[in-house]
Amino acid sequence: MYSKGLRALSLLTAGVVGLTLAAVFYWAPNDAYLGFLQKIFYLHVPLAIMSLAGFVVAGVMAAAHLRTRDPRWDVRSYVAIHISLIFGVGVLISGSIWAKGAWGHWWVWQEPTLVSFLLVMLLYATYQPLRFAIDDPERQARYASVFAITAGVFVPMCFAIVRLSPAYVHPRTLSNISGNLPGRMQVVFYLALVAMALLWVTLWRFEITAKHVAAEMRRVRRMLGDQAEESASRRSAAPSLTHAGSAS
Amino acid sequence: MSRPPGVRVVLALARAQLRLELRSFESLPAMCLFAVSALVLFHFGLNRDQLSGDLASGVLWVTLLLAALLAINRIYVADAEQGGFDAFVMSRAPREALLYAKLLVLVAYMALVELVVVPAFALLLLEPSVWQAFPGLLGPLALGDLGVAVIGALVGALAVRTTVRDLLGPLMSLPLLVPVLLCVARWSAPLFDYPHAGGVALRWPLVLGLYDALFGLIAFALFEFLLED
Repeated sequence: MYSKGLRALSLLTAGVVGLTLAAVFYWAPNDAYLGFLQKIFYLHVPLAIMSLAGFVVAGVMAAAHLRTRDPRWDVRSYVAIHISLIFGVGVLISGSIWAKGAWGHWWVWQEPTLVSFLLVMLLYATYQPLRFAIDDPERQARYASVFAITAGVFVPMCFAIVRLSPAYVHPRTLSNISGNLPGRMQVVFYLALVAMALLWVTLWRFEITAKHVAAEMRRVRRMLGDQAEESASRRSAAPSLTHAGSAS
Repeated sequence: MSRPPGVRVVLALARAQLRLELRSFESLPAMCLFAVSALVLFHFGLNRDQLSGDLASGVLWVTLLLAALLAINRIYVADAEQGGFDAFVMSRAPREALLYAKLLVLVAYMALVELVVVPAFALLLLEPSVWQAFPGLLGPLALGDLGVAVIGALVGALAVRTTVRDLLGPLMSLPLLVPVLLCVARWSAPLFDYPHAGGVALRWPLVLGLYDALFGLIAFALFEFLLED
């Protein structure tokens, strides 16, 4: 069953996200310099970490697809990239708001993390068009996996290289966190990170389940002789689950 | 001394591609013309007669990388349209031989284009003498070309059998080429200082070499999956 444990996971995620929001707004102190605006940090940084981790995980899943040729790994990789792209848009928007509040500009080129993130997003923005531009489902999955692995390796390389550029002003969150963040802020940050990780996993599970259910529905309609379903073999960027098994 | 069979195959494939280019002139003249046109555009766009330092380095490298996209788009077209892939897959040649051949051809294309574009850049836009920059420029040109070739050989193969290869090739290549641009532009910038300041940071060649090597390994590991049908 694709949705096994999904209800419990959803409830857990809703609880932890709710707890995090309460902690962010009522328990974590305001920053002395940025004031209330600093609270966007609890959204921006965990979103960025989960988005990047999702891209790398998608690369690992793509490698599993190329190794095993099991189309379910392609679906997992596709959904991981999809969710991470959505998170990535949130990172760019929240990063811009933070940059405006902290440095007075919506976009700061001397900020290597934001610039690296933009490059990563520009690369992953071609993932769906690449899939859509290949008709054959097997080749689509194979080429998408090659892309996902290449891009997954590019993510850390890009961050390392752009960070070498001379001037940067962004706080180094993870390296400085123990030194710079007061106790309560640190606790709330890690809570926000857990909440965002749970949200990512929950959304990933939901989309995987939805894709399997849609594939099952198509299969049942075909078995019932639905002519429209029979002829509706339109091109799609979404992976084909025709040969996938029943477990997610 | 006789060459190993793999090397013979790579050289034969590269020779065939270069011969095809010399017969059809599909890529090289277009790359040169595009690059010189881009330099003219930069002149009008920036409203500057002469460039030096960071700006000169950036203009030269952006021009070269944009010209490289034309070659990346075309490098596998004959293989995809005229049965080259099928013939290669049916042969007993190792799969990666095609990757190495395309890599060699892209490096050769870039070197030939640079023979035209670097003098044109010096003539049209560069403020300091090109001779002052020239010996030092060989390093960034060599490693930059290798980076372009490695990324181009992989992305070209990824894009060529899609329905929109002319769009996808550049769109996928450009973000991957940004680290190459960053390294070569920063590496070359002191060479174009006027007056010459000297001193090149060692980290750029090291980082670029690492980036080239890493993507070379990725291309080597993944290329066979692009040739399965």
